[in-house]
Amino acid sequence: MFRFPRWKIASIIAMTLAAFLIIMPSFLSKATFDQIKGKLPKWIPFEQVVLGLDLQGGAHILLEVDQNDVIKTMVGNLRDDARRIVREENVRSLAGGYGVQGRTVQFRIADANDRTKIMPKLRQLGVGAANAMGGVGAPSIEIVTAEDGMIRMTVTEAGLIDKMRRAVDQAIEVIRKRVDALGTTEPNIQRQGADRVLVQVPGLQDTGRLKELLGTTAKLEFRLVADPGYNPSDVDMLPQTDQPGVLPVEKQVMVQGEDLTDSQPGFDQRTSEPVVNFKFNIRGGQRFGEVTAANVGKPFAIVLDNKVISAPRILSPITGGSGQISGRFTVEQANNLSILLRAGALPAKMNIVEERTVGPGLGQDSIDAGKLAAYVAGVLVVCYMLTTYGVFGVFANVALAIHIAMIFASLILLQATLTLPGIAGIVLTIGMAVDSNVLIYERIREESRAGRSIISALDAGFTRAVATIVDSQSTMMVAAVILYFLGTGPVRGFAVSLGLGILTTIVTAVTMTRMMIALWYRWRKPTTLPI
Amino acid sequence: MLRFRLAPDNVNFGFMRFRRVSYPFSAILSVVSVVLFLTVGLNFGIDFSGGTLFEVRAKQGQADLTSLRALGDKLGLGEVEVQAFGGGVDATMRVRLQPGGDAAQQVVVEKVRAVIVNDYEVRRVEVVGPRVSGELVQSGTLGVVLSIIAVLTYLWFRYEWPLAVAAVIATMHDLLLTVGFFAVTQLEFNLTSIAAILTIVGLSLNETVVVLDRIREVMRKYKKTPMPEIIDLSINAVLSRTIMTSTTTLMALLALVFFGGHVIRSFSLAMMWGVIVAMYSSIFICSPVLIYLNPRAAEGEAEPAPAKAGKAKPAV
Repeated sequence: MFRFPRWKIASIIAMTLAAFLIIMPSFLSKATFDQIKGKLPKWIPFEQVVLGLDLQGGAHILLEVDQNDVIKTMVGNLRDDARRIVREENVRSLAGGYGVQGRTVQFRIADANDRTKIMPKLRQLGVGAANAMGGVGAPSIEIVTAEDGMIRMTVTEAGLIDKMRRAVDQAIEVIRKRVDALGTTEPNIQRQGADRVLVQVPGLQDTGRLKELLGTTAKLEFRLVADPGYNPSDVDMLPQTDQPGVLPVEKQVMVQGEDLTDSQPGFDQRTSEPVVNFKFNIRGGQRFGEVTAANVGKPFAIVLDNKVISAPRILSPITGGSGQISGRFTVEQANNLSILLRAGALPAKMNIVEERTVGPGLGQDSIDAGKLAAYVAGVLVVCYMLTTYGVFGVFANVALAIHIAMIFASLILLQATLTLPGIAGIVLTIGMAVDSNVLIYERIREESRAGRSIISALDAGFTRAVATIVDSQSTMMVAAVILYFLGTGPVRGFAVSLGLGILTTIVTAVTMTRMMIALWYRWRKPTTLPI
Repeated sequence: MLRFRLAPDNVNFGFMRFRRVSYPFSAILSVVSVVLFLTVGLNFGIDFSGGTLFEVRAKQGQADLTSLRALGDKLGLGEVEVQAFGGGVDATMRVRLQPGGDAAQQVVVEKVRAVIVNDYEVRRVEVVGPRVSGELVQSGTLGVVLSIIAVLTYLWFRYEWPLAVAAVIATMHDLLLTVGFFAVTQLEFNLTSIAAILTIVGLSLNETVVVLDRIREVMRKYKKTPMPEIIDLSINAVLSRTIMTSTTTLMALLALVFFGGHVIRSFSLAMMWGVIVAMYSSIFICSPVLIYLNPRAAEGEAEPAPAKAGKAKPAV
């Protein structure tokens, strides 16, 4: 136990120094840190502790793709496709209209020849989506034909899952653009499970605006307002945002939001009312020009998520490929709308299923409280160890200090997040870390009382206690590992601190204490044990 | 230098005599815990029950709890639980899960914020929808079940069956009493409480392992001594360590309770209870079980396969 080779001592000291060096940057203010960080080469691990949202403040929002909305869109598209095929193939034996129920579209083709003619085309609709999965997957629709010529096309589970998966991918792109437009630092946007997107924005206070940006699908359509005497089956009665009542709007969509290339908030030159200016791509510009030329004098409805924002009268053909949306906006509404149009529409409606927002004031309070608790715990434990074990208590306390430095150093190197429960975990390990020292010291005392010489008592104390230390620490490790895999956010932070604490305690309490006692023994050549 | 020790050396206390007291005592506590859990239940936080939580700070003077409570009726949100802390300036408001799915919860946030924003600083908002809370219940339950399985597996490999059974009884005892603690105190039971429970399982096992290791060691050394004496000898030997470690851990937890802030107070309180229960059960619950289970017989069976007990040190 007392033969410590030079290299071992050197590497232990090097490890300790490294740990203290790694945690140094965390004591700097954000501004100083950024300044120094900019001057250093990239390979130097000059990082600060990553604080969780509960400590630095910010918004955590979990969004879920609305499955019913996805189904509605899929079935709607299916009906449109079926209608198109029936029309293209000149099928004349269509009996009645197209019925939509749940995930199924149904229609009756009375003539058997007509049915055989369109069947391959209908089947093709299901194959396309399945192939997009990369291989011959299950078909995305199932087609059943009844005796009376009724054709039922149903969206399959596989088709729905595939669609949801792609919807989440698209949504992440769109959400990233929208959140970036808020100009906050380092938002974190990631997929969670099959149908969810997690959005974390540090430092954000006004979640109202974020939620508005996230909760809007932003599907923009330009549609003509129906003339009086319209056929009810060709129009939708849509509510208006700038006035009460509904407006009959033709079902046919003339130009869509996906043809926009840019949109910016601005002010109307005449009324100085906030507006949104937009530009079309070439296809959209041409189409917009054609439609406005053919409908001069009629109201043109601008529809966002099935609500009419405004329905201005077309004064003259608009051929320049750009236009303006007005709708009695406030400046902020115009800003938001332009962000939404720039980022594009979400593939489906998304619901907020979980929200956790912490203001920066509370975050700072939590940091302060955690620090204070850590200092108080540290002082209590250090004093207690000193009065109980004297010089051996000093060794234990030095090991404790290094232990805590190592936890923080590993947190920084792993870039793991420190949360409030994480701080609690570290404070807890202040109390538990000395357990290993206590086990060793008590064993040494015992061996010494049993009549062993000092050196033999020290040796026996260490070797026997280490087995118990490894055992007892591994039981805590079990708890930490389970918590890590099942916990989310703050609780996971607790598991990380706890687990790291367990690993470093074995290094510090066992190896370092042993080294310190060995060096002390060589130096003082004691004749009695001071514990 | 001034020295003091909480546990004097060379104690020889007859702990095993107390099993006639500790067993009925623990049995009653366990039964009470189960009964309370089933009748009164736990005070589930929004993590598990769903709903909305606001933490607010009055911009001027004290938080007006009555008017905050009245918001429930005023806004048609049902009962609103209001709790003051931080000397009455701060308060938390908990609004129950509203019917109408995830969107309905968001409406709550809008409504409440609009009413209180002039008088209060909103410091924290948490909204957990019905689906997410259901999933959190699932993963929380799974966590506790998995940790129990992990503990059983660990003990199965680590000890001969009588010692393993003793450890399992002690761990379950601690688990039950912790749940009972939450039921009696009605402290909010949330995700960090699950963390507390799992940590208590770890701590409890830690205490048990230290005692059982020593019992096994002593048992092999004094082959003829009756079991109760062996256990008393072992417990007295590790007693000073148990008291030392529990004291330092309790010191750290006390610091957390008093200075760590209200967000983790229920966690810290539960942990304190856990440390005390774990210490008690390792001495008064786990060890006496061995008097009834005769580990020596099992030891004899296990002898031909020493690999299983490889970590134990040979007797001196």
